[in-house]
Amino acid sequence: MYHKEKSIPIKNSASALYNNLGVLRIAPRRLTYFTVVHANVVNMVSASWDGLNYSHRQLQSKEPNVATSASLIMQAAFCSLQSRELLVVTSQKGIQMYESDGSIMVYWHALDTPETTTAQAVFARGISAVPENYICVGVSSGSILVFDVPSKGTNISLSEVLDEHKESITDMASECSGSQECIADLVSADDGGNLCVWKSGEEFQLLHKIHGFDMSCSSVKLWKGTVVAGYGTGQIRLYEAVTGILHAEVNAHARWINSLDIAPFSGLLLSAGEDSLVRVWLLNLTPETNSVEIAHLHNECVTDTQICGAKFCDSDGYAFAVTGYDLGCHESPLPRVGAAGAGWRETVQD
Amino acid sequence: MSSRTLPLLFINLGGEMLYILDQRLRAQNIPADKAKKVMNDIITTMFNKKFLEELFKPQELYSKKALRTVFDRLAHASIMRLNQASMDKLYDLMTMAFKYQVLLCPRPKDILLVSFNHMDAIKDFVKDTPSILGQVDETYQQLIEMYTPMCSGEFQLIRQTLLIFFQDMHIRVSIFLKDKVQNSNGRFVLPISGPCASWNTSPRLDKVPLMFSCTGEEVNRLKFTNGGNYAAATREGSFEIFGDRVTKLGTNMYSVSRPVETHMSGTSKSSAQKTKVNAAPNPLAKEELNLLAKLMGRLEEPNPGNTDSGFRVNLFATDEEEEEALISRPDELSYGVLKIQATKDLQANAELAKIMGEFTVSGDQSPSASSKGDDLLAMMDGL
Repeated sequence: MYHKEKSIPIKNSASALYNNLGVLRIAPRRLTYFTVVHANVVNMVSASWDGLNYSHRQLQSKEPNVATSASLIMQAAFCSLQSRELLVVTSQKGIQMYESDGSIMVYWHALDTPETTTAQAVFARGISAVPENYICVGVSSGSILVFDVPSKGTNISLSEVLDEHKESITDMASECSGSQECIADLVSADDGGNLCVWKSGEEFQLLHKIHGFDMSCSSVKLWKGTVVAGYGTGQIRLYEAVTGILHAEVNAHARWINSLDIAPFSGLLLSAGEDSLVRVWLLNLTPETNSVEIAHLHNECVTDTQICGAKFCDSDGYAFAVTGYDLGCHESPLPRVGAAGAGWRETVQD
Repeated sequence: MSSRTLPLLFINLGGEMLYILDQRLRAQNIPADKAKKVMNDIITTMFNKKFLEELFKPQELYSKKALRTVFDRLAHASIMRLNQASMDKLYDLMTMAFKYQVLLCPRPKDILLVSFNHMDAIKDFVKDTPSILGQVDETYQQLIEMYTPMCSGEFQLIRQTLLIFFQDMHIRVSIFLKDKVQNSNGRFVLPISGPCASWNTSPRLDKVPLMFSCTGEEVNRLKFTNGGNYAAATREGSFEIFGDRVTKLGTNMYSVSRPVETHMSGTSKSSAQKTKVNAAPNPLAKEELNLLAKLMGRLEEPNPGNTDSGFRVNLFATDEEEEEALISRPDELSYGVLKIQATKDLQANAELAKIMGEFTVSGDQSPSASSKGDDLLAMMDGL
């Protein structure tokens, strides 16, 4: 179904973090941006679709007026709003928002960090754009920060703080189908596996809270009113967003799941984790019976690699890219042990 | 990231160090009383009360250089001396062993079981010396109190923090290569069979992947090619002070018939380029390190082999091999051990300065301590 393409080199290896791959397709220029976090650096590569040109950029987690060490980065993700695209980087110190090519930092939000290190870690993690003009970012305290983003310029402001979660936010996702019929348009997950379903607006409204089972939910997606959640147990669960009804449970991976992604046009689901496997599933909605089915389609094994990021490269799911812990571009004299951003593309059947 | 990572990093690396030293002391036929003294002195220093108090405070990890310096001092806490090449090798072995254990933990909380395996072995090393045993037991209690209430997500954060610390280290270790758990490129082998990770031992997890509808009815049993073949999860190990840890990760893998060896050739050149990112010294960490190193030993470099009772241990088969290793070691792999200085920054931190002051006073009272490498124990007792 898919065949492996040439690997995309990145400057540093990927760190073991949840959802450690950002993908943004720039169709007019026939290229794709990839971002991978390495400790306190975001490695960005812009790859032309013909595979001939790569240009690299590195973003440091430098904060203004901070004399101490560079902080570790937790996540980097592209946010597509109606009129602009931003790259959002979260770290132990705060939240940085860049133009999507990484050229200019347009906004910086500092986290409240205590003077002495506390037992409770402080960081921001979980990034999602919410149409039309919001970017939501999770915090280790369980809060969700809602930023109001104007259609251009740097006049970004913190418009709301949502305090429903009691544990560290792990991931967040907005409705990706673009369907106007769905009431819920944001889902957030935390370390206890709790999920909150939200309706966006000038004031965000909590629609439903799905209680966890003390197991971290590391990655979450929302597609056509269905919440898709991946857990540390290796399980994937499908819930109806507004009611919290469990539609299906899949024992998908033998180890911790680090990444989920959905191709909104086709309903393909990508899951990957520490068991070195990437699996492709198909979600099928039957509106008459109000049910969701999930079917398994494909596996890829990235040998001896704990996968930390996996994402489709387009809305149909024709191709996907993968990163793994310690995978990077190893220059000579070492033989290439593999490169991060390994990509697969659907095999065209003649 | 997690501010609770340092105690686990220190205890597990220390545990690996003790396994290796124990094996080398036997292999080099060091008299039993001297070998015992070395093990006891190092363990006493490791579990020094003041030192552990500092260690257990919430804090970021030190730089690689700083931690290496701490272990240099710890290894020389007794009458045994290691030269540069042996110390490098010792540290390589320790770090790669713990990296393997962290990477292979099926569940994040298993890191605690790995630590308990090391603690169990350390207790066994000092089982005839009640005073040290008491110190170790106290640390055990601290570990249990601090870590057992943590949730899976917090342990995963600790694990991610450790994996960033060990990132891009691909040193080949012959015992791993022989056991086929490491590839010739330095990457560890990840099994795609065996028990799956979840604590949940319900039959639902017998096969991965499996699918269930909301009623719990099995919808679709699938057979995958090349997709892994997993069995039910193993039972959870004991998180009590005594008990079966179930996992073998963190137990002693060395014995006289399985000696300590490393392959240093072909280590990644790029690994050094990458460590640059972490090599930038954290000024706060350096400040704390100064204190730690002070607590752990004298400020001046130990004088190699200056005492009659002292002896040198070699991590290589012969002295020639050791010399060769020192010369052939790639520059990028050199840790460039940090020189410790009591910086004036330290004064800024009143609490640290106070503890240091206490140390200096007691140090002055025992002048013999600063002249002999084998009397660190007396110095530590002086605290």
